[in-house]
Amino acid sequence: MRVLLVEDDREAALYLSKALDESGHSVKIAHDGEEGLKYARSKEHDVLIVDRMLPRLDGLSMIEILRTESIGVPVLILSALGEVDDRVKGLQAGGDDYLTKPYAFTELLARVEALHRRDSFEQGQTSYQVADLVLDRLTRQVQRQDKTILLQPREFRLLEYLMRHAGQVVTRTMLLENVWHYHFDPQTNVIDVHISRLRAKIDKNFDTALLKTIRGAGYMIRDDT
Amino acid sequence: MTTLSKLLKSTTFRLLLIFAVLFAGAATLVIVYISWNSNRVLEGRLKQTILAETLGLAEQYRSGGVTRLAKTINRRIITPSNALYLVTDNDGGWIAGNVKALTRDLWNTQGRVEFAYQRNGARGHEMRHAVARIYRLARGYRLMVGRDVEDQRQFTQIIRNAVLSGLAFMVLVGLGGGWLVSRDLLRRIDGVTQTSRVIMAGDLSGRVPINGSGDEFDRLALNLNAMLERIEQLMNGLREVSDNIAHDLKTPLSRMRNRVETALRDKSRVDCQDVLEKTIEESDDLIRTFNSLLSIARLEAGSNRSNFAHNDLQELVGDVAELYEPLADQNSMQLVMSSGPSAQINVDRQLLGQAIANLIENALKYGGAEQGEAAPEQDRGTITIEAGLHPASINGDQQEAFFIAISDQGTGIAEKDVKSAMQRFGRLEKSRSKPGTGLGLSLVSAVAKLHGGTLSLEDNQPGLVARLIIPLDKHQDTQSADRPL
Repeated sequence: MRVLLVEDDREAALYLSKALDESGHSVKIAHDGEEGLKYARSKEHDVLIVDRMLPRLDGLSMIEILRTESIGVPVLILSALGEVDDRVKGLQAGGDDYLTKPYAFTELLARVEALHRRDSFEQGQTSYQVADLVLDRLTRQVQRQDKTILLQPREFRLLEYLMRHAGQVVTRTMLLENVWHYHFDPQTNVIDVHISRLRAKIDKNFDTALLKTIRGAGYMIRDDT
Repeated sequence: MTTLSKLLKSTTFRLLLIFAVLFAGAATLVIVYISWNSNRVLEGRLKQTILAETLGLAEQYRSGGVTRLAKTINRRIITPSNALYLVTDNDGGWIAGNVKALTRDLWNTQGRVEFAYQRNGARGHEMRHAVARIYRLARGYRLMVGRDVEDQRQFTQIIRNAVLSGLAFMVLVGLGGGWLVSRDLLRRIDGVTQTSRVIMAGDLSGRVPINGSGDEFDRLALNLNAMLERIEQLMNGLREVSDNIAHDLKTPLSRMRNRVETALRDKSRVDCQDVLEKTIEESDDLIRTFNSLLSIARLEAGSNRSNFAHNDLQELVGDVAELYEPLADQNSMQLVMSSGPSAQINVDRQLLGQAIANLIENALKYGGAEQGEAAPEQDRGTITIEAGLHPASINGDQQEAFFIAISDQGTGIAEKDVKSAMQRFGRLEKSRSKPGTGLGLSLVSAVAKLHGGTLSLEDNQPGLVARLIIPLDKHQDTQSADRPL
């Protein structure tokens, strides 16, 4: 994946580009908004990571310009401002996701990959399949090895999100944001409990476990075979 | 500053001074006008009288000659009065009248004259003023008819002196009164100034003196003192909070530092992986604490309502309860929801959701019976979430409100500790050992305030009821909805 990182703090940019590089992504760095805009217009990048406060042209204005030029590349906004209204402003400006500084790299990586995937993934897909687990989005049915699994509505949405991002790490905050639509940071392992309930339904009575815990990052559904 | 210059600068004194001067000026104008006018009238009348008498006497002369004139004059001067007469011959020689002679200059003028003359009276010689008219009769005789105006002059003089001294007295009384009044006011204002100096110097225990008369100044002082009392309380609270902040932020920071330092010093014997993981964990906790502090500060600043939208509160409570239900189950606790009618209220879903989540997390953390080692699966209690409409008294106003009551059966919070539990970092001693930022309840309280509502902690006998009350807006519609969990 080709990432354009627009970040004025050189140390942070270097650290991030190194970490992304180690994860197998190529990174181009722009140090201000004008430069970022110039690179983004070349349309060579799959995902943009944009710091909100940038010299010469701030991040939000830069994204707005890109959007008016119909450049639809997914954008992750990085900001030290973490309040809900700042997030709303960021998303209104055309950002696709919002991450507050300081962040864990695993969180950033998961979100960038999810953004890329969302871009390449067919939105209208009516069913997801991972190994022998099938989720039908229209009938809201879940089956594994032709056995129907009964899920609560919220469990269904949880599984739907995980399967949509199959093969990708999904963090706890991503789940809370996308399945429950809450942006706060719970101080308990509340998401883990939901995952273990889901796991009990989709993995417990089968040979292979599909829903995996990725230590220090989150969860992932993947077909290992 | 000297007392005098302070006095001169005082508003009361200046006002009184201005009043005294204005009043004196106005009085002077009135008196001057009156005396000028009355003088004019008196002089006019005098002139008329003299003229009439002169013409009358001239008529006497014409009809009876100088003899008759002298006789008439002699008759008139028998009774003492202020009238003056003189008839002379061609050379100024006296013929009749009560005036001996006139100076040559005067004698040669004609018409109205004013002069001073000497009179022999009871008090010896005295100089007096007179106004007269000199008339030339036929055959060189001259007639002078006049009036002594000395009494009138003296009277005017007396009045003038009286007025002047009266004015001086008035100004003096004004100034003196001003000094007295403003000295009293100044003294009381000085008390306030003194107190504010003391407070500015850092001693918050200073209070404005009260003289017990119950006047406006006393009431002002009482109000100021009440305000100072409140400020002192707040400052003390703040001091406590900043002590707590220092403690809660510095402790993990120094722990982190020590750990990393130890690892650096002794790389071979320390598990670096473990140290780094713990450091990240600890810094995450710090970030969380820091974020909570910022959120609370922003909430308490209180203006941001940009994310307010109409939300079904029963649904919101249900959502959060559903989020935590499995966690309660895992902790061997039951989460029971009992819903009343719902309401669509203009709220910030994120903030209110977080507030409810905090309350449920608290109930999960502190509301359960201690888990026995022997029976880890035992039921540790029930958390009841009750939500519905109820009239509530908010800031003294009785109004319809939506309430969310989260009750547990744990150890609860003693009444004396309720206040400190809602303060920033106000963790009760027994809970210091448990994980958490100590900011949960103060965040809930701040969210409640942002929505115009309140958070109260009450005794559940046993356990704790946390009651979040959100008032309904004026145009909010309510609907009945029973939603089982």
